[in-house]
Amino acid sequence: MTNYFVLAGILIVVIGFALRLNPMLVVTVAALATGLIAGKGPIEIVSLLGKAFNDNRAIAIVWIVLPVIGLLERYGLKERAAATIRRFKAATAGRLLILYLLFRQATAALGLNSIAGHPQTVRPLVAPMALAAAEQQHGGIEDESAEEVKAFAAATDNVGNFFGEDIFIAIGSIVLIQSTLATYGYRLAPLDLAVWAIPTAIAAFLIHSFRLLRLDRRLRRRRK
Amino acid sequence: MITIQWAYSLAGLMFGGFAIFSAFDRSNRKRLGNAAFWGLMALSLLAGSWLGDFGNGLLVLALAVIGGFGLMGRGAPVTTNEGERLTWAHQLGDRLYLPALVIPAVALAGTIAYKYTPLGSLGWIEPQRETFIFLCLGSLLAVGVLFAWLRPPLSAPLQEGRRLIDAIGWAVVLPQMLAALGVVFAAAGVGDVIGGGARYVIPEGSVFLTVLVFALGMVLFTMIMGNAFAAFPVMAAAIGVPLLVQTYHGNPAVIGAIGMLAGFCGTLMTPMAANFNVVPAALLELKDRSGVIKAQIGTALPLLAVNILLIYFLAFPR
Repeated sequence: MTNYFVLAGILIVVIGFALRLNPMLVVTVAALATGLIAGKGPIEIVSLLGKAFNDNRAIAIVWIVLPVIGLLERYGLKERAAATIRRFKAATAGRLLILYLLFRQATAALGLNSIAGHPQTVRPLVAPMALAAAEQQHGGIEDESAEEVKAFAAATDNVGNFFGEDIFIAIGSIVLIQSTLATYGYRLAPLDLAVWAIPTAIAAFLIHSFRLLRLDRRLRRRRK
Repeated sequence: MITIQWAYSLAGLMFGGFAIFSAFDRSNRKRLGNAAFWGLMALSLLAGSWLGDFGNGLLVLALAVIGGFGLMGRGAPVTTNEGERLTWAHQLGDRLYLPALVIPAVALAGTIAYKYTPLGSLGWIEPQRETFIFLCLGSLLAVGVLFAWLRPPLSAPLQEGRRLIDAIGWAVVLPQMLAALGVVFAAAGVGDVIGGGARYVIPEGSVFLTVLVFALGMVLFTMIMGNAFAAFPVMAAAIGVPLLVQTYHGNPAVIGAIGMLAGFCGTLMTPMAANFNVVPAALLELKDRSGVIKAQIGTALPLLAVNILLIYFLAFPR
């Protein structure tokens, strides 16, 4: 007998995020509610949460780069990045981000997805460079446009990372696909799977690049 | 052997430093909240392996209360002002990029040495965890280079790090909280309900509609769990293998690989994938918490359509 009420937790999350309640509370309440509905005791649920949180501590290691990034900002790295971009008169936010997308997809496809990321490259380098390029092209930009340029800098990192990494044969998702299909008796080599990630990688590059060029056009229009 | 616990401990010591400096930051009215929050993070990283599941669970609840009820503020660590930064940037010039490149360079050299030379098989580093170790190594080296070159005050790395971590706030632990929620969802059987429901809506005999439901199911379930990895085994068991591969004789490699990528389109559209979508918004100090997701939807939806067509045409050649 399937217990459809366990979906209540999803409902709590959706409503909580939609109402912009504090996500820390939404997530905790959703976890407790789902556990209780599934017939687990409070101590069991808290233990389950604790174990999963502890098992996922590796996510927190990425913050180890913050002292380095902070120190570099102290000595003007963001300002330097902006000055560098201003030397290239043809640089626009969109074109710069297309280059970064290509770099991110290409390195991720070689299994080097940990050499870039939001704290390491987007905050100190990519976002200030994109902002400087936009300001130079359009003679200063308003807050709305600056917000959009920064959001696209982060988005470009994600798109490049997600749709590059699966071309590399030793990445976690390829291993997961391989082991899942193997339980049904389909034995595939990682390379058999990785080649099928190439068409999507090309499509992702084309679609996102097109949107970045439209971002340039939108920034230009807003100035007029 | 260098294990992941070394990396946890290093990060734990850093959070401990943030906690201590927070406690003495009189510019922050809620400084005790910050001190407690970063202190608990330090405790989790340093001692999580010995606290027991229930102890860790209580720690999670304490973090949720501090972060959820607005008990944290934002400190004002001593740093340089804009004029000083422009002067430094001008003086140091492009040499300033060199320490910035230390972290990626160590990651690059380390990954290549680990994956493509026999160094990886020597057993110096815990398997599967090498990227985290290289990240720590690169950060330590970069701090060392900056100290040797520019001689900042001794407290500067922790104070500058605290400036950034306070800008992000409780969103720092949101990815871990969501991962924990995903585990509770899985234990409660949410995956079976979704998989069963997806199978229920498919009309018999239509390959295209089956592909469509498989891909949309991957997206929907990925958006709920914040992670395509959780969705894939469920959708493979419900639709991918029994219907697409066994009934309609589709190519399992195409269905597996592109099905996963359809799920990644879902990752671009959900706040549940906090470390990709919510944390960067905080890190870049965006006013709109969902700004990154809004920038991604326009790429994710057409790309999803492409993935659906790719599965349909590549897995079922006619």
